[in-house]
Amino acid sequence: MTRLLKGMFFATTMFAPAGAALAQDASLTIESWRNDDLSIWQEKLIPAFEAKNPGIKVTFAPMAPTEYNSAVNAKLEAGTAGDLITCRPFDLSLAMFQKGQLAPLNDLDGIKNFSDTAKSAWTTDDGKTTFCVPMASVIHGFIYNKKAFEELKVEVPKTEDEFFALLDKIKADGNYIPLAMGTKDQWEAATMGYYNIGPNDWKGEEGRKALIAGTQKLTDADWVEPYKTLAKWKPYLGDGFEAQTYPDSQNLFTLGRAAIYPAGSWEIAPFKAQADFEMGAFPPPVKKAGDTCYISDHNDIGIGLNAKGKNPEAAKKFLAWVASPEFATLYANSLPGFFSLNSTAVKMEDPLAQEFVSWRQNCKPTIRPSAAIVGRGQPNLDLEMWRVSANVINGSETPEQAAAETQKGLDSWYKPAK
Amino acid sequence: MTDVPPTDALAIKRPFRWHILVFLAPAFLVYTAIMILPLVETLRLSLYNLVDGKTVFVGLNNFITLFSDPRLAANFWNALWNNLIFFVIHMLVQNPIGVALAAMLSVPKLRFATFYRTAIFVPTLLSFVIVGFIWKLILSPIWGIAPGMMDWVGLKWMFAPWLGKPESALITVSLISVWQYVGIPMMLIYAALLNIPDEVLEAAECDGITGWSQFWKIKLPLILPSIGIISILTFVGNFNAFDLVYTVQGALAGPDGSTDILGTLLYRTFFGFQNQMGDRSMGATIATVMFLIILAGVSLYLFVIQRRIRRYQF
Repeated sequence: MTRLLKGMFFATTMFAPAGAALAQDASLTIESWRNDDLSIWQEKLIPAFEAKNPGIKVTFAPMAPTEYNSAVNAKLEAGTAGDLITCRPFDLSLAMFQKGQLAPLNDLDGIKNFSDTAKSAWTTDDGKTTFCVPMASVIHGFIYNKKAFEELKVEVPKTEDEFFALLDKIKADGNYIPLAMGTKDQWEAATMGYYNIGPNDWKGEEGRKALIAGTQKLTDADWVEPYKTLAKWKPYLGDGFEAQTYPDSQNLFTLGRAAIYPAGSWEIAPFKAQADFEMGAFPPPVKKAGDTCYISDHNDIGIGLNAKGKNPEAAKKFLAWVASPEFATLYANSLPGFFSLNSTAVKMEDPLAQEFVSWRQNCKPTIRPSAAIVGRGQPNLDLEMWRVSANVINGSETPEQAAAETQKGLDSWYKPAK
Repeated sequence: MTDVPPTDALAIKRPFRWHILVFLAPAFLVYTAIMILPLVETLRLSLYNLVDGKTVFVGLNNFITLFSDPRLAANFWNALWNNLIFFVIHMLVQNPIGVALAAMLSVPKLRFATFYRTAIFVPTLLSFVIVGFIWKLILSPIWGIAPGMMDWVGLKWMFAPWLGKPESALITVSLISVWQYVGIPMMLIYAALLNIPDEVLEAAECDGITGWSQFWKIKLPLILPSIGIISILTFVGNFNAFDLVYTVQGALAGPDGSTDILGTLLYRTFFGFQNQMGDRSMGATIATVMFLIILAGVSLYLFVIQRRIRRYQF
């Protein structure tokens, strides 16, 4: 026993100075939900930063996306969260800032590299304080199998009628599942369905702002219409789509068994790695030829400073680097499909990613309608839309019922400013 | 009375037996730390809530909210109803099959009895994660072997994406759970059947009671206490269930909440999900209600049913 104790004393006295020496270096932990990006952070982004900033060690600590918000909130409350917090857009991060968990970043070097639109997702309602550095946005659309389109001699659809005619043709041919999407996980139905095609109906920002102002309701024709279109997707989905999960859909498409994948641009990198055929992309088809097109160009990811972090100086250095054009180029090219929000133009090499970005020139961008302001209460509008969109595709609810349900949930807590 | 020796004389003969306390201490401490304290803390938390960022005592307000808020109440009753169906399916399918399997295994002439016993019991030992994913794969309409196997026997038309349809999802999940746990009632009943003395059975045979009527008239009454224990274990297990639904259907317990049971509702409420923030007080409130439901069920069994079950001494 005494020998053991002596050994322990020895160990503490010997190693304590070493520990103190290490403590002079700052180590930063990034809390994130992007576990898909772990290798890119570890192999490309973090080494690039550490090479320039000796003495700062950065760890990327991702967790499951659906658990991220509750877990990171619990960590912040308990004081065990990392110095850097990846920010969800709009209401969720705003709530963290209001609780004093995220530090204001108005005077951060490089925050001027972002436009007000880019910062809008992480700025207080009065537009005065920004609390996260914008990192990237994602664009919705449809990714298609070029080989399949060539085999069937079909063209990219521009209008909704063309889109359904195309689906009919693929279905009649029988070699490919027309649309790779399932409703089991529910979120694709809303995120890749409703939020993807909806902006054309509710006219992007116009409709979204009217909803917030209370001049439009989710039961209005413009908001019900996308559900009606979604309901028409049902016959073109694969057999047993009700039990098809998100990874199932991804695999169906990358294995070449499906022709069209209702997508978000974040799929580009994983699809490139998996599929051995050429892929193209088209924006959500408009109602009539010549209509203005709208796309969902959603500020999706930012990064903020834990107000009670242990190494604020080192963390600020890291954030300033994230705000730099250098990071923007590195990030956008390592993760094609996550489009930089930096005002400096970023050169992207990936053709599919370029295709997605090119829509910004002709189409009007908007964000997901449930993200800002109307996404603050209970029941959560985003989750409600997941559920009813899946129901509409499954046929267990009519578009009108779906719209009425979401509006009822919204009415129960949201009172638009008059 | 005068014969009784004075108590202090006894105390001198028998010094305080410290070793009893010492031996009890580890179990007592561990049990208190990981079971009793969290339980008390949960019950306490259900009486508190955050008001303006501070935790305040709110009495039974959380319970009133749970049962009066239309959305929360609808979720809660839906989960309770689903949980009840989940339990009823276990009682109607798992336990009778368990009893039947045990009865068959206890037939002395059965060959490979040990093999069957082990094979049926093995799923119980598997992790729920493995069971969940295996069944999800088997039943997958895209990669699963269920559609193909049903095709071999000409039953392809009967196949449906069961886990994705609101009408069949809960039944499917319940049956997966039955598949996993049917070994437990089988083992308990099997042990009870082996405990029946041969003399009783021989006496029955002398009286001309054999075969089925022997099972119904002699064996079944003798294993009733075991069936009671199994029912209460099933009840407690089912109303605490969460893991299988979570691995097979996710935390949303879809489609459209049709597989949402109290455990998954508690998880979503307490920890939050995606954009919905966790609400610890409301989570603790649901946990307390679950505790009360289980307590009521167990009490009903202990004080009403168990007392009426006749026990036979051999």
